[in-house]
Amino acid sequence: MSTNKAIDTVAGGKASVVGNYLDDRLHGASGVKKLLNKVFPDHWSFMLGEIALYSFIILLLSGTYLTLWFKPSMTEVVYNGSYMPLKGVKMSEAYASTLDISFDVRAGMLMRQIHHWAALFFVAAVSVHLLRVFFTGAFRKPREINWVIGTLLLVLAILEGFAGYSLPDDLLSGTGLRIAQGIVQAIPLVGTYVAMFLFGGEFPGNEFIPRLYSIHILLVPGILLALVTVHLIIVFYQKHTQFPGAGRTESNVVGYRLYPIYMAKAGGFFFIVFGVTTLIAALVTINPIWLYGPYTPSQVTAGSQPDWYIGWLDGAVRLTPNWETNLLGHTISWNLLIPALIIPGIMFTALGVYPWIEAWVTGDKREHHLLDRPRNAPTRTGLGAMAISFYLMLWISGGNDIIATAFHLSINQITWSLRVLVFVIPPLAFVITKRACLGLQRRDRDKLLHGYETGRVLRLPHGEYIEIHEPVSDNERAVLLGKSDVPPLQLSAASDHNGVANPKAKSGARRARLSNWFYGDNIPVPSEAELEEAAHHLEHAAPGEIASH
Amino acid sequence: MNEIQHGSHDPIGAVNGHDVITGKPIVPLGHHELRRADIDPKAAIRAERQVAAMFGLSSVLIVTSIIAFIVVPNDVLVILPLIGPVNANHISVGFSLGLGIFLIGTGAIHWAKKLMPDVEITEERHAFASSAEDKAAFGEAIREGKSASGIGERKIIRRSLLGSLALFPLPLIVFLRDLGPMPKTRLRETIWDKNIEILTDATYRPIRPEDIPIGGLVNAVPANLLKIEEEDGNLNERGKASIILVRMAPADIVSQQGQGWDYQGILAYSKICTHVGCPISLYQQRTHHLLCPCHQSTFDLADSGNVVFGPAARRMPQLPITVNEQGYLVAASGFKEPIGPSFWERG
Repeated sequence: MSTNKAIDTVAGGKASVVGNYLDDRLHGASGVKKLLNKVFPDHWSFMLGEIALYSFIILLLSGTYLTLWFKPSMTEVVYNGSYMPLKGVKMSEAYASTLDISFDVRAGMLMRQIHHWAALFFVAAVSVHLLRVFFTGAFRKPREINWVIGTLLLVLAILEGFAGYSLPDDLLSGTGLRIAQGIVQAIPLVGTYVAMFLFGGEFPGNEFIPRLYSIHILLVPGILLALVTVHLIIVFYQKHTQFPGAGRTESNVVGYRLYPIYMAKAGGFFFIVFGVTTLIAALVTINPIWLYGPYTPSQVTAGSQPDWYIGWLDGAVRLTPNWETNLLGHTISWNLLIPALIIPGIMFTALGVYPWIEAWVTGDKREHHLLDRPRNAPTRTGLGAMAISFYLMLWISGGNDIIATAFHLSINQITWSLRVLVFVIPPLAFVITKRACLGLQRRDRDKLLHGYETGRVLRLPHGEYIEIHEPVSDNERAVLLGKSDVPPLQLSAASDHNGVANPKAKSGARRARLSNWFYGDNIPVPSEAELEEAAHHLEHAAPGEIASH
Repeated sequence: MNEIQHGSHDPIGAVNGHDVITGKPIVPLGHHELRRADIDPKAAIRAERQVAAMFGLSSVLIVTSIIAFIVVPNDVLVILPLIGPVNANHISVGFSLGLGIFLIGTGAIHWAKKLMPDVEITEERHAFASSAEDKAAFGEAIREGKSASGIGERKIIRRSLLGSLALFPLPLIVFLRDLGPMPKTRLRETIWDKNIEILTDATYRPIRPEDIPIGGLVNAVPANLLKIEEEDGNLNERGKASIILVRMAPADIVSQQGQGWDYQGILAYSKICTHVGCPISLYQQRTHHLLCPCHQSTFDLADSGNVVFGPAARRMPQLPITVNEQGYLVAASGFKEPIGPSFWERG
């Protein structure tokens, strides 16, 4: 008690009174102090995850607002709102109430558009954040678990987005649901039953919108919120990774304190994301459901396109040839199973287990808190480029009809070209990216040894032109020296010195080959001896000699 | 003196200029450049005013958005350059609110960048693995608990518990049963039948053969659909029974799914794509091709509705048609094969 009083008299003020009150009950002082003093490293790419988080908060806020007016019902009503072109038209209550939100509730259109834009940004931010984490190797030990949570978040974000834009029951979203239902129906053995149960019978039925609604506003957001929370707690607990640079080691964090610096910066950034989303929602129309009309299963609009994050799935469905087999009187629709279930299944599984695959290939069991620059892990960067180009090919396929009409090309030729390109481009992307990374590594090594090109050209007395090279700055030197060189795994002996065969020799050989593929082409950082010699050379050599490098 | 000397001593995690974990050379933190506001009180005051101006303007804009919400009419369009016509209430509320929120953010970040300390701080990072003693103590606690509960030795308890835990989720799954009906033959049947009149979709008028010119296309539904939609209150039957009628010169017809299923060159096909069920109506007269706008499956209506391109595996089912006594087009029978997307039991 006496200590509390002492604090009161020393610190005074209302804040300390509140602080004492809370600490007496929750014992927060020492823990919260640590929390407030926590140091975070600074880099623009660390804001990508923040954008995702803030978009999610904006989605929760704007979504709650929309639930106050939206009626998730497929009951047929006659529209009598203020949007003249649809007056007197029969439609579901879901669609009618979405029109009401858009035209009769003041600021309703703004909230709807904020919600939709934030959803588009959310999936985009999650995706780009994932790429940042991938290309910098931030998923490595001890962060593999958070990587898996991130993968789950991406899958859920895509599903949640699809569920959300399917709710208004307009012609476009109804078409999306029809396709989803057709895909569910294609699942072997249980598909027909699952489709019947989901839709309360045949498509479209009267049940699906209210069911989807509770999934969209309760179940999936609940799981998302729980996973986001765990994701953040783990980031906090494990401390953020940092890029190599001056003063940065594997066992420290260099940056600024959470309080007050990041509270101001990250808190401010929330308002920037919110403000920009609101401005875009005010200025740019998104998903104008009133133009599409109410859903009916006998109509469709030409050139209908899903939200951007569904495009690659739709593209895969468009590209797959019309394979279907009959197994003892049962239909297996490969034309749907491959693009809509097997390919995404493989892609997301590969994504989720990638940290373990890489660790196995490289034999790397160490903790990593310093990030890789993408060029310093050429094989990983190449694989990433390969995955991105595969995704992009599918995504472009999702718009093959738009391309055909915009450029007056034959849809058949475009589809056939993409069927070929989807297999040709990714390996090319791998090779080109890997080579480009190795080229950059060579340049980095060159910079360390011979300095950078200043752009200052000298003419020597005897008429020769040379360019002056100067040593790179301390900070750049720190970045370049931060590259880690891991020797590939060595072949384990096929038998020991007594001639007893090594049972692991075969798998060891395979691993050594893989490890060599992963690390083999690495351009090593100059050794300290080499650096010293080069520095000596740079200082004392005549300008003419420098130029010869 | 625009900089603070950090000194060249090793940062945390480095000894003699080398990372203690990786052994790589470590360059110490360099000089810290002071900002204008750190050395020039005038610059500091300027920054302070800039921050306050952003916060102040933000307050004004937020209040503006409330006033706009109340005052600006919701049924007036204004035309903005580049953007086009927009609702006056929507744009005034949205723009002032958006900018107001944005300025809170820029103010806070400007404050942090110009006035809050920008000296980088180094904090120690601890290894994640617990100490060997902690791990051992943890393992011991687990073992102790295990032996105290006796779950290892008391096999009968363990197995019966596992049994009931395995059964526990089952009712939760079984209770989902009433979500929907069994499929039965639902996916194989439509409401088309012999002598059901063919009505134009949307206007619901019966059709005479001479109403359809060669090259023409008519969207149509069965006459009994309207009553069923009214009774069931859903669009299920429409999703299966919608058809298109096309007319071509009889000489152009290469083949049909049944002998004489056309009526004087008028052919009736299901409108529901056999791929994933989108309704199709992009018809090219010259080639008699029908193209699905969803995934570009293409069917040749002059040749039994066979697939000529795209992901659909099955032909478009044809509906046999004829005319009734009053001279209107009617179905000669129901569909002879399931319409719409494939399903496991389809065969």
